[in-house]
Amino acid sequence: MTTAPAKAGWRFRQPSVIPGFGLTLGFSLAYLTLIILIPLSGLVWRSAALGWADFWAIVVDRRTLNALKISFGTAFLAAVVNVVFGTVVAWVLVRYRFPGRRIADAMVDLPFALPTAVAGIALTTLYAPNGWIGHLLMPLGIKVAYTPLGIVIALVFIGLPFVVRTVQPIMEELDKEVEEAAATLGANRFQIITRVLFPGLAPAIITGFSLAFARGVGEYGSVIFIAGNLPFKSEIAPLLIVIRLEEYNYEAATAIAAIMLALSFVMLLVVNLVQTWSRKRYG
Amino acid sequence: MADPEIKSYEPHHESQSAAVTESRPVKAVLMAIALAFLAVFLLLPLIVVFHEALAKGIGAYTEALSGPDTRSAIRLTLLVAAISVPLNVIFGISAAWAIAKFEFKGKAFLTTLIDLPFSVSPVISGLVYVLLFGAQGLLGAWLKAHGIVILFAVPGIVLATIFVTFPFVARELIPLMQEQGNGDEEAALSLGASGWQAFWYVTLPNVKWGLLYGVLLCNARAMGEFGAVSVVSGHIRGLTNTMPLHVEILYNEYNAVGAFAVASLLAGLALVTLVLKTLLEMRYGAEIAATRGH
Repeated sequence: MTTAPAKAGWRFRQPSVIPGFGLTLGFSLAYLTLIILIPLSGLVWRSAALGWADFWAIVVDRRTLNALKISFGTAFLAAVVNVVFGTVVAWVLVRYRFPGRRIADAMVDLPFALPTAVAGIALTTLYAPNGWIGHLLMPLGIKVAYTPLGIVIALVFIGLPFVVRTVQPIMEELDKEVEEAAATLGANRFQIITRVLFPGLAPAIITGFSLAFARGVGEYGSVIFIAGNLPFKSEIAPLLIVIRLEEYNYEAATAIAAIMLALSFVMLLVVNLVQTWSRKRYG
Repeated sequence: MADPEIKSYEPHHESQSAAVTESRPVKAVLMAIALAFLAVFLLLPLIVVFHEALAKGIGAYTEALSGPDTRSAIRLTLLVAAISVPLNVIFGISAAWAIAKFEFKGKAFLTTLIDLPFSVSPVISGLVYVLLFGAQGLLGAWLKAHGIVILFAVPGIVLATIFVTFPFVARELIPLMQEQGNGDEEAALSLGASGWQAFWYVTLPNVKWGLLYGVLLCNARAMGEFGAVSVVSGHIRGLTNTMPLHVEILYNEYNAVGAFAVASLLAGLALVTLVLKTLLEMRYGAEIAATRGH
């Protein structure tokens, strides 16, 4: 496909007969720079201009810390729920045949397609004390809408397809013969699942978890309706950014955004390390 | 999902020993858990949208949709999608051509940068434009001096929408065109086609279903985006309110029928998107295969 001449020296690109490299790369880079890179570096520049002391004062403000704790905490819980149920859903969709499987499979993508504000008001109506699900939970003393539990519910909705769609293709590729071999060697079903199947799926499950978690941390539209938005109790970090903006407190908004980006970046780094470890351990 | 490979091992699926498949009760329990979970978390919210929208009858529903503010919200949403989706299509095709057809240094890094908007909170996507174009922003004073309005107006909404939908088309096309290789284009060029002809008559037909798939997802997100648009819109009724923002306003005014009526239009759009997406995957699965998983 590509001709790689054994010439010494650095070469920006391999020669090719296909035209249009300069035009398409140039346009893509210009568009990327204008739309994404310049605006994002504006954020970095503004938070750097704050100075370390001011930046730190905003970050360790009790309200900011609580909002960050709520955002990351609820996103973590929702991602755990999604890993458990998303894996079961993917397994059922891949391994079992039943009427309506196609529809169930297509439904999994609904959270990708449904606008978050619509999801937000629908979930709030369902889980409100007089809602279809809320009035069933009320006698049990469980309040969902306008509590942190409501945030978790919204983030479970938002994150589900990330887990299912990451795990599902790997499950489809699982080689049945490996399971058969394990069975011939005397393994029971439980051993096969935990010792043979799970190690193969673990990296995909971790990826699905991190995608759902990352999405949950930044989610805004579906959460603000159901959360109740009480400072210190159910106020998420993206909402606090919006509140600071509405107060024309650009510094605080910028600092919270910067710390969110930094924390997400650290989290992705940790997930990548765990990935590498699990590949080495099970690979 | 409809791959023939799965069907091919189905017959002996039935006759397998207990160690290779779950026992019947376990199967039943797993299926019940999965379907109940999908019903509660996905189906019920969808049903409740239409139920609430029609709670006071068809008359109230159509009346809620015919208000001038609602109409202008619908028009604005269509306008924003009509500008941002084509721009991202041009970018997606151009980036996919550069990345899939050529080998160059820094390609992996460029691909990562294209995915960047997916890992940024929508609120932050809007915030970056406020920091740039707002009154206290980097370009704020210059824009004001020249009478250019970007923030709290249509250009800002379009920019924020482009930002959040940026990766959709590119990330569908890049793996697809990489998989297809350069053979077809090289053949066309050796037969005397110009570069443009090779693209138009060879590449584009090869990737058309993948492209359509990307446009579909891009459009759904463009019309439904809430967080980013909310930050830059200013929420001026009749002027800078998109449909999702209008849903919020009506809902906060305790106008449930109105909010859910507009929401039902967006839910309808989501359903159409899902149906088209499933049809594309069923009929042209192989041609958009590289896209599975997102």
